[in-house]
Amino acid sequence: MDFLTLLQVLDTTIRLATPLLLACLAGLFSERAGIFDIGLEGKMLASAFLTAAVAAASGSVLIGTVAGIGAALALSGVHGLASITFRGNQLISGVAINFLAAGLTVVVAQSWFGQGGRTPQLSGNARFETIDLPLAAEMRDIPILGPIYAELISGHTLLVYVGLLMVPLTWWVLFRTRFGLRLRAVGENPAAVDTAGVSVVGLRFAAVAICGLLTGLAGAYLSTGLQAGFVKDMTAGRGYIALAALIFAKWRPWYALGACLLFGFLQAIALRPDVIEGTLGFEVGVQLLDALPYILTVVILAGFVGRAIPPRAGGEPYVKER
Amino acid sequence: MQKMPQWADVVLIPLISLLLAAILSALVILAIGENPWAALKLMVDGSMGSTYAWGYTLYYATNFIFTGLAVAIAIHARLFNIGGEGQAMLGGLGVALIALYIPWPHWTLALLGGAVGAALFGAAWALIPAWLQAKRGSHIVITTIMFNFIAAALLNYLLIGALKPSGSMEPATGRFPEATHLPTFQDMFSTAETALFRGAPVNVSFFVALIACVAVWALIWRTRLGYEIRAFGQSESAAKYAGISPTRIIVVTMLISGGLAGMMAINNVMGEAERLVLNAVEGAGFIGIAVALMGRSHPFGVLLAALLFGFLYQGGAELALWTSIPRELIVVIQALVILFTGALDNMVRMPLEAMFLRLRPAPKPARKTEPAE
Repeated sequence: MDFLTLLQVLDTTIRLATPLLLACLAGLFSERAGIFDIGLEGKMLASAFLTAAVAAASGSVLIGTVAGIGAALALSGVHGLASITFRGNQLISGVAINFLAAGLTVVVAQSWFGQGGRTPQLSGNARFETIDLPLAAEMRDIPILGPIYAELISGHTLLVYVGLLMVPLTWWVLFRTRFGLRLRAVGENPAAVDTAGVSVVGLRFAAVAICGLLTGLAGAYLSTGLQAGFVKDMTAGRGYIALAALIFAKWRPWYALGACLLFGFLQAIALRPDVIEGTLGFEVGVQLLDALPYILTVVILAGFVGRAIPPRAGGEPYVKER
Repeated sequence: MQKMPQWADVVLIPLISLLLAAILSALVILAIGENPWAALKLMVDGSMGSTYAWGYTLYYATNFIFTGLAVAIAIHARLFNIGGEGQAMLGGLGVALIALYIPWPHWTLALLGGAVGAALFGAAWALIPAWLQAKRGSHIVITTIMFNFIAAALLNYLLIGALKPSGSMEPATGRFPEATHLPTFQDMFSTAETALFRGAPVNVSFFVALIACVAVWALIWRTRLGYEIRAFGQSESAAKYAGISPTRIIVVTMLISGGLAGMMAINNVMGEAERLVLNAVEGAGFIGIAVALMGRSHPFGVLLAALLFGFLYQGGAELALWTSIPRELIVVIQALVILFTGALDNMVRMPLEAMFLRLRPAPKPARKTEPAE
């Protein structure tokens, strides 16, 4: 594989890793607060649809994104209502949300646009434009570093940079602020947080809301950054891969970046079978590459390569008085 | 002490949840500019109006009985098997291998062999998540989700590779030999004068599903193993104290669960398609979750809920055919049923419990203690 091909693959990696990363960080906030969320997929899908639909109608991707975040937040609200207020099963709630989004997006898309469950193709201001970082053109001629800067680092859409910035931000919020300390505490020992006079319900709802915001961004990126419009089931299991990445990262932000880049890389090279064969000298089945994130996660879960221990109170509804 | 009578728990709560789901679905239909009442009539007509319609409804119900039982038995051990989809895919692989590579003399033997193969493959796919849960504490929900995707990739790989007959372009196995074709209801119930169930895919597997319901009922409430499963589900520590091995219960329960999900393949692969195609399961594994929740994890409840979802599925297909309402409406209804019967159970239950407590006659002071539940 020559240098330029490598750059292309890595460039695709970053683009494909972004929705995973945003969804993974979303799950991180939720699960660190003790709310399991297997509904990442559904929230991304709902946001992807509403973003594309509103962007198509208004011609503005920003208005679309706000609407998409609203859709994801609404589903987060359902999840919070079920798992925090009514102390229901968080996993079942997540499953329901995934189906709700999978069904509603197509039903509504068909009703609004009548194009078989898709939105019209987006173009112009209805999509996120690529951003050229300063000096990208001038530096292109510098050997090695120039192309890396111009091709790999510059020239992505806004949400890619937002996703990357979210990593240090998440780390800072969770590990350097009072809110983050409490949020993590509520996922480990909610009774202690309650005893300290802090609202467990409030903190968990805040975490679920942040989760909605970030999955909203992930979905918006899918339909307006990565692709130009919504198609049925366009998340294609990304919510679950993000979940896998979250476990792979052992619920830590910087590791999450690594895991998402790795899984993004697997998706990127799956698109280039010629490159794999040229590099390794033999053919690797695309199906194996598809399955690899899941297989790796099972291996990690099995504890053969460093054990993944979830937040202690994860999945448990908090009952104030036992 | 029970807060409300048993019949309320078993009948009233599922009915109210169903009603809520139905009301919301009707609102969705209204919102997209169709008439919910007309839609319902169309669904009832299309799924129960003729033996042909019944043939499809019962065919779908057969799938859902198997996957619903699979989820239900796991729930008794407080395990959430979300991997029915993958296990059913592997069950299909088992059926395909057995039907294609063993020369069966008669369909009865083929059905038996197919059922065993499907159950074995499905159970094998549940074994690793079960073992990881029992020995390593890895959350079974996450591992079974991962195994669904791995199963999809595996089948994809096999169906465009080793299992595809040479020269064929389609990702599917060759047709199963004639001797493995299961009799459909049309073969069984039609007379020379009147053709019943003409062209409908419902087949003899429906009866296997009914037998499975009885068998699961007997297993859970009439055997030592069933007692141990329920004891483990109620309290792991108490079960341990009684000498029940958690590892054994988790693994055995998941094997049975996976086996049941896998056995769905005798209906959809052996009975209907008569070859293994890509995405043969079509989400039935996930509908099993809704069916088990709706049926309160009781085999009879699962049977009723499976019939309901069979009706929804066939009715939904008819809707998509005759109106502009897409098939995905069924997914919405399914989601609402899961939401109300599963996740928002307390929303329905708490007010009902309060109501029944208020209706309860004042306790008589003479009685000392009531026997605990």
